[in-house]
Amino acid sequence: MSQCILELRNIVKEYFGNRVLKGVSLRLNEGEIHALIGENGAGKSTLMNILFGMPVIHNTGGYEGEIFFQGNHVEIKTPHDAMESGIGMVHQEFMLLPGFTITENIKLNRETTRANVASQVFGPSMRSLDMPAMEADARAALDRLGLSLDETLKVAGLPVGYMQFVEIARELDKKTTKILVLDEPTAVLTESEADTLLTTMERLAKSGIAILFITHRLGEVMRVADNITVLRDGEWVASMPKSEASIEKLAELMVGRSLENVAHHRDLSGQGVDTFVEIRDLRVEMPGEEVRGIDLDIRKGEILGIGGLAGQGKIGIANGVMGHYASSGTVRKEGKEIPLNNTPVALAAGMAFVSEDRRGVGLLLDQSIELNIAVPAMQSQRQFLTGGSLGLTDNKSMRAHALDMIQKLDIRCTGPEQLTRRLSGGNQQKVCIAKALTLHPNLLFVSEPTRGIDIGAKKIVLDLLVKLNREWGVTVVVTSSELAELRSICDRIAIIYEGKVEGILAPDASDRDFGVLLAGGLKAAEKEAS
Amino acid sequence: MSDMKETPTIKEDFDLQKQLKNNAVPIMFVIICSIGCYYARLPWPFLINEIITRMARNSFLVISLIIPIIAGMGLNFGIVLGAMAAQFALIAVVLFELQGVAALLVTIILMLPMAIFFGWMTGALFNMTRGKEMITGIILSFFANGVYQLICLWVLGAIIPIKNPAVMLPSGVGLRNTINLKPLHYVLDRMFELQYGMIRIPVVTFLVILLLCVGMHFLLKTKLGQDFRAVGQSQHIAGVSGINVDKTRIIAIVLSTILAAMGQVIFLQNLGILTTYGSHVQVGTFAVAAILVGGASVSKATIPQALLGTLLFHTLFIVSPLAGKNLLGSPQVGEFFRVFIAYGVIGVALALHAWKGRGK
Repeated sequence: MSQCILELRNIVKEYFGNRVLKGVSLRLNEGEIHALIGENGAGKSTLMNILFGMPVIHNTGGYEGEIFFQGNHVEIKTPHDAMESGIGMVHQEFMLLPGFTITENIKLNRETTRANVASQVFGPSMRSLDMPAMEADARAALDRLGLSLDETLKVAGLPVGYMQFVEIARELDKKTTKILVLDEPTAVLTESEADTLLTTMERLAKSGIAILFITHRLGEVMRVADNITVLRDGEWVASMPKSEASIEKLAELMVGRSLENVAHHRDLSGQGVDTFVEIRDLRVEMPGEEVRGIDLDIRKGEILGIGGLAGQGKIGIANGVMGHYASSGTVRKEGKEIPLNNTPVALAAGMAFVSEDRRGVGLLLDQSIELNIAVPAMQSQRQFLTGGSLGLTDNKSMRAHALDMIQKLDIRCTGPEQLTRRLSGGNQQKVCIAKALTLHPNLLFVSEPTRGIDIGAKKIVLDLLVKLNREWGVTVVVTSSELAELRSICDRIAIIYEGKVEGILAPDASDRDFGVLLAGGLKAAEKEAS
Repeated sequence: MSDMKETPTIKEDFDLQKQLKNNAVPIMFVIICSIGCYYARLPWPFLINEIITRMARNSFLVISLIIPIIAGMGLNFGIVLGAMAAQFALIAVVLFELQGVAALLVTIILMLPMAIFFGWMTGALFNMTRGKEMITGIILSFFANGVYQLICLWVLGAIIPIKNPAVMLPSGVGLRNTINLKPLHYVLDRMFELQYGMIRIPVVTFLVILLLCVGMHFLLKTKLGQDFRAVGQSQHIAGVSGINVDKTRIIAIVLSTILAAMGQVIFLQNLGILTTYGSHVQVGTFAVAAILVGGASVSKATIPQALLGTLLFHTLFIVSPLAGKNLLGSPQVGEFFRVFIAYGVIGVALALHAWKGRGK
C-alpha cells in the first residue's frame, strides 16, 4: 500500500446556517487516481474550495474538521497556502488569461526573475522577468504531458481542449505539486480530447502524483480511477476500490434511488404513420459540426434520436432546419416546403428549438424566468402583448403562463421573477423547454438536453421529453452525444457520421451495431466487400 | 491521441484591411491634421517649433495614463489630483521665494508625498467602485476641484495666514487667479537647449521624457509590470494565482498620479504662469483625448501610442483655429472644432469599448 498523502477528517461547512458538508472524510494515497463523484449540489465543489483555501470559504466563517497533509495537520487559509503544501487545482472554468502566452499563464505569479539595479533599491517586485528561462520551464511541463504545443502562443484562440492541458501544465510546473485536483475536467472536452486527458492522468499518476478527479461521468471513473468516493447531499456515502464498483452501483449511490431503465420505445413503423417532416440533401455550414447532405424522415408522433460522435454534424441538423446557420437543401413538413435560413418562418411552421447552447443562445441569463418563457412567443406570435399596435408587455398573462409552466414542468425556483442565472442546469433546461412549448409547436428539436446537468436532473428532463411526446402529442427530435440517454427515450436513433446519416437503429439494437455506425464502419465494411 | 499532437495554427498573416481598421483613429487624425496644416498656412518653422514645445509640455502627462490602462482600470481621469499636488507644491515654492533648480527640486520633494497620498486615496476609492473606475475618476476630479477651490479661496488666508501680495487676493484671503511662476519659468526647458533659427529644442525636457519612456518600458518587463497586465486581464484569475489585486491596482494609480504631478510641473514650468483655478481642470480630459487619438483604447495602450497621440492632438490644437479662420472666416469654428474633437474622441472611444465588451 502506498503512502497516504492527504487526509480529510470529518469536514463540516455551513453557509449561513445551511449545512452543505456534513462530516466528509477522504483519504488520498500517493500516485492514485481518486474519483470524487456526486450530483450537483452534493458538496464536491465546496470540499474542493476548502482544500484550495478559496476566499469564499473563509469569508463565510471557515470550516470545521481537520486536514492532514503527509501526516501533518495543516490549516489552508488561502490559495497560496494550498499551493505551498503542494495542492494543484485545475478549475472547472479555466483560470487562464487570454492575452498572455501559454508560458506567461503557466508561470503566472511564479515568474522566473533576475535581479537588477532597481530591484536592489525598490525590492523584489522590480526584478526583471527572465522570459527564456520561463519558456524552458513551460516547455518541460508541456513535454511531460506529451504535448507539442508552441509555448509562445497566446491562449486566446486555443481550442478548449488545449486550455485544459495548459492548466494542468501550470500545476505540474509547480515543482511542489503532489496532488492534482481536476474539477470536471472532461465536461467541456470532445470525446477524443477527453480520451487524451484520461491517458495523461494515468501517466501522471504513475509518476507519483495523486489525482483527485471530480466528475459525474461514471464511464470515465470506471476507466481511470483506483478508488472512488461518493458524496450525496453533503454527506459521505461510500468509498470503494474500483474492483468493487460498477456504473450501476455508483449511479445508484449517487442518486440514492435506483434508476429504472426507461425503455419506452415503440415501433411505429408498422402503424402506417405518415412521414411528418422530410429532409432532403440538407447541408449546413456550422463550424465544427458541418452537415454534408442529410436525408432523413421524421414520423409523426415519434421521438427521433440523432446521435454520433462530436464534430460529425449531428448538432448542425436542428440548427440548419431552424435557420440558425446557413444551410441548403429541402425540408418539407406535412408536404409543405419550409424555406431554409429563415427562423421566423420555421417557428411559424410549428417547429421549435431548444439549443445546445443553453446559457448562450437559450436563455437571457439576467432576466426573469417569466420573461424568458414569454419572449420568443412575443416576438413571433404576439402572445402576451397588449395595447394594440404599441405591443406592450401583458404582465398578467405572462405571469399566469409562467406559473402554469413552472407547475407543469416542475421548475424548481423561488418564483417566476427569479433570474435564470440563479437556476441549476436542469431547471434552466426546463425553462428553455417551457420557452419552446409556449410557441405551441408540433415538432420540437432538442439539442444536448442533458449537457452539464447532474444525473438526477437528467432523468427528469428526459422524462419531461417523453411526457411532451406522449401527453401533448409533440413530435420530438433529440440530438445528444450520450447514446445511452437516446436509447432510453427514443423510438428510433439516427447515427450521423461525417455529416451524413450512417444508419438508423432501434434503441434496443446491440451495442456492437451502434459502435459500428458511430465509427462509420458501415462504409468501411462496404468498401471491403467491393 | 494523435489528433491532439498537432499544433493549432493561428493565422498571423499581415492583413492590410485589418491593420487599417485597427489603426483607424490615428489614420483619421493624420488626415485631419494634414488638411488643417495645409489650410492654416502657418510658416513651417513656426509650426514645428510649436509642435516641439507642446510635445515637451504634454507628453509626460499623457504617458502617465498608460499604467492604469494596462492594469485594467481604464482611462485615469484621476490624474487631475496629481496635477493639484503639483500646483500646491508650486504655490508653496513661490511663497518660499526659491529660484531655479533649487525651486524645481523642492517642488518635487513637496509634491511627491501629496501625489502618493492622493494616488493612494484614489486607488482605494477605485477598489471600492470596481468596474466603474472611469466615471468614478471623472466625478472624483470634480469633487477634488471643489476641495481644491475651498483650500485656495478660503483656507489659505483665513486659516493659514499668508502675507504675500503677489500671490494673495487684495483682501488677504484666497489666492489670486493667476500666479506668476517666474522663478521656475523654463527651468527645465532652458537648462540646455538647441536652437536652429526659430526652432528651439528643450533638450533636458526631452531627456526627462526619454528617461520616463525607458523606465516605463523597463517597468512593464518586471514582475510588477507582469502583475499589472495579469490584473488588467482578470482580477479574479490574478487573485486566485496569489497576486494581491487590490494592492497592485493601488500601486498602478499611485504611479500614475506621481507621473501626472511631474507632468504638470513640466507643463507649468514651460508656461511660466499658474492659472490657480483652471490649470488642472482640463488635464484629465486633454491627456485622455490625446492618448485615444494615438490609437490607444480603454484597455490597451503603449508608449508610441501616447507619443503619437500627443503629437496629433496638439498639432490639431495649433492649426485648427487658423484653419477654421482661413476656411470658414471665423476662428471660433476652429476653436469649436478642437473642443468638439477632444470630447468627441473620448465619447467614441468609450462607446467602441462598450460595444466590444457587449460581445463577451
